[in-house]
Amino acid sequence: MEQIRCNNLSIGYGEQAIASGLSFSVNAGDYLCIVGENGAGKSTLMRTLLGLQKPVSGQPVYSPDVRKNEIGYLPQQMHTQRDFPATAGEIVLSGFQGQTGWRPFYRRSEKAEARAIMRRLCIEELAGRSFRNLSGGQQQKVLLARALCASGKILFMDEPVTGLDPEATREMYAIIGELNRGGTTIVMISHDILSAVRYADHILHIGNACFFGRNEDYLRSETGKRFLNRREVGL
Amino acid sequence: MTAIMTLTEKLTFYLDYPFVRYAIIVGLLIALVSSLLGVTLVLRHFSYIGDGLSHVAFGAMSVAVVLKLSDRMLLILPVTIFSAVILLKSGQNRRVKGDAAVAMLSVGALAFGYLTVNVAGASANVSGDVCSTLFGSTSILTLTTGEVALCAVLSAVTLMLFLLLYNRLFALTFDENFARVCGISVEFYNLLLAVIIAVIIVLAMNLVGALLVSALIIFPTMAAMRLFESFRAVTAASAAISVSCALIGILVSVLAGTPVGSTIVVADALAFGLSMIAARLRGGV
Repeated sequence: MEQIRCNNLSIGYGEQAIASGLSFSVNAGDYLCIVGENGAGKSTLMRTLLGLQKPVSGQPVYSPDVRKNEIGYLPQQMHTQRDFPATAGEIVLSGFQGQTGWRPFYRRSEKAEARAIMRRLCIEELAGRSFRNLSGGQQQKVLLARALCASGKILFMDEPVTGLDPEATREMYAIIGELNRGGTTIVMISHDILSAVRYADHILHIGNACFFGRNEDYLRSETGKRFLNRREVGL
Repeated sequence: MTAIMTLTEKLTFYLDYPFVRYAIIVGLLIALVSSLLGVTLVLRHFSYIGDGLSHVAFGAMSVAVVLKLSDRMLLILPVTIFSAVILLKSGQNRRVKGDAAVAMLSVGALAFGYLTVNVAGASANVSGDVCSTLFGSTSILTLTTGEVALCAVLSAVTLMLFLLLYNRLFALTFDENFARVCGISVEFYNLLLAVIIAVIIVLAMNLVGALLVSALIIFPTMAAMRLFESFRAVTAASAAISVSCALIGILVSVLAGTPVGSTIVVADALAFGLSMIAARLRGGV
């Protein structure tokens, strides 16, 4: 079942397009990785899909059964909030904000669900800890738990493993894979092309050459071969 | 011993007067709401907006004085609210740098206000008037019952809004983009925030004067952030610190005859200093 469709979408700032002619679709349960060079517009595309930014032309279309408050978002690591006083528990609970409407406080069931999600990500014992004193990997898991409180339907993630050590990276990919097998649609920006083709089932490559399709087709495509080779030489 | 006796006697003597009690009530209410909003403003890097708005309020006050308006609030409140909306908008709009916009508006309003009072001033004591608007009147003991009532109502409304929107305010302050993705109308809440800030600034100007307003917003939050880790604890501590400092400041000013605004602000500054020392000691252990 199709959840998001873009036909000939152009993204950028104001009239200035960074990437144009983007056509792709995301179905329920897909695991899509967005890859491409630095500055190709990966984050801009995600911000456009999330409605944080206006497209230059075209419009991402969501299927009617995806409501506005059924989207979870894990932003790129936030540098501005480094000394923000908040506990992990307070942050995770704030994921329910899209569902509270005019109700000023969280329901007991929401608090229980937040706890259950934290338990699932093995961060239950961090609930009372200060967010600013957590490690990068723990902070990412807290923000992922917040995104899951918002919705388990579609998860948007902007470079979720950047800055994490190898152990935390592996763990993060394992969690994301498990969520995907549980039925959550994943749309992820990745810097790490090797992991992208390994874990995802669809690849959207943006930049000078564009590609959208299943990851095995990407590996056989010219764009994919060139990008992968360059990355391997670069390593 | 006798010194303490005379001090308590003096205090009970003053507290017998209704206007002293009014002053204390108003002072504590203003200290409470400004510190609650202060947490959001400081964490969103909007603390300079409070300073800018207080200058705007000063400009509006000067015009109101010159026009001999019977109710100055009718001019000051709308002008300050309007400026608050403009400033919060310009903070998001990158064409004019946010901090430069605030600086321009604030010095512009300050100069305009002083010029107006000087050129068209009706009062013989221009520098006295200006001084009391900038640094607070030597005492807030001259408040009328009407002013006390207005202040109490506005504080109560602000307090209620804050409690009802506490969770939303946290979400917006921590991560505005995430809140937007969740479907929260960030623009609406920013507008609401701008109006509330403006109201608080105008209220607080009566207490401590235009130049000292931002102290009430910034010091308690900064002190609380040195001591606590969770948003809830920081908010509660900020309110507690602010209210205590205001109480101490008002009592000292009544007893020692010092200007009330600066006495409160000095108390706030001392509280911040103490919290820094406490944090240093705790970190060292």
